[in-house]
Amino acid sequence: MNDAPQPSRMALWLPLGIFTGFIALVMVGLYRPASREVKSAMVGKPLPAFALKQAVPDRPGLARTDLIGGKPRLLNIFASWCVPCAAEAPQLEALRRQGVEVDGVAIRDKAEDLKGFLARNGNPYARIGADEVSAIQFAIGSSGVPESFVVDARGTIRYQHIGDIAADQVPMILAKIREAAQ
Amino acid sequence: MIRRLIMLLALALALPAVAQDKLPPAPYAYRQLDNPALEAKAKALMESLRCLQCQGQSIADSDAPIAGDMRNQVRLRIAAGEDPEAIRAWLIERYGDYVSFKPEIDSMTWPLFAAPITLLAIAALILRRRYTGRTKA
Repeated sequence: MNDAPQPSRMALWLPLGIFTGFIALVMVGLYRPASREVKSAMVGKPLPAFALKQAVPDRPGLARTDLIGGKPRLLNIFASWCVPCAAEAPQLEALRRQGVEVDGVAIRDKAEDLKGFLARNGNPYARIGADEVSAIQFAIGSSGVPESFVVDARGTIRYQHIGDIAADQVPMILAKIREAAQ
Repeated sequence: MIRRLIMLLALALALPAVAQDKLPPAPYAYRQLDNPALEAKAKALMESLRCLQCQGQSIADSDAPIAGDMRNQVRLRIAAGEDPEAIRAWLIERYGDYVSFKPEIDSMTWPLFAAPITLLAIAALILRRRYTGRTKA
């Protein structure tokens, strides 16, 4: 017999074991439903400075200073061309009726389209700023429409909701607003 | 045959599921900067920033409106003299590492860079042992 130590039976299976483990890892990664959401890293940070001109004649424009002081507000990023935004409108109206100030930013929108959208779906907004180049989205880490941000009285972003607010999510948003008030 | 034609026609006329806005693209979404050196800087940066909508594409490759708006912002900032890496850092501060395609070595990613080096070192060690062992025997 040679004096080299015999590799144990277990060691012989090791490469196959590693290989199987690797394949399993790849399969898990492939079949796990991928999240397409891009979370904002701005939650917990102060709202950056911005000033947007008014998007429709009957609502003032929106600046950072409008969102600060008094109480938490809901900053809603939306657009008239966005289908889920229309689906979300009744929920925003419900929040407004419960005393939440909803401020809107219309992304890449035309005034006449926006007027039609608000006439069809209701206008829960206290203010609407027009953002024609998505600048506010980049500033607050938003990657689509609709998205809603809870901003507290000091101007800190407290919560980001990605996608439309569904009817059963209204109490959760209200809770986030109340949490931000403390 | 007719059925196939109708199906093709239906496919061609189908509206995309995702609605699009009607605004023209942002000023610098498709327009290059006049200064070629600055445009080259902007292009290099745009090729390494992820489109937030299409996600597998860089903003340089994507025709999504939000990618056009991001190109506009990148070009304007470069034209204003901002450093490309400062713009990247600004975006990472907002979207996380996800927005950048440039590999960064940090506490999460260092094994990716360390693993090949370690494996090569182990292989070299094994080979050396094997060959020096044989010459002795």
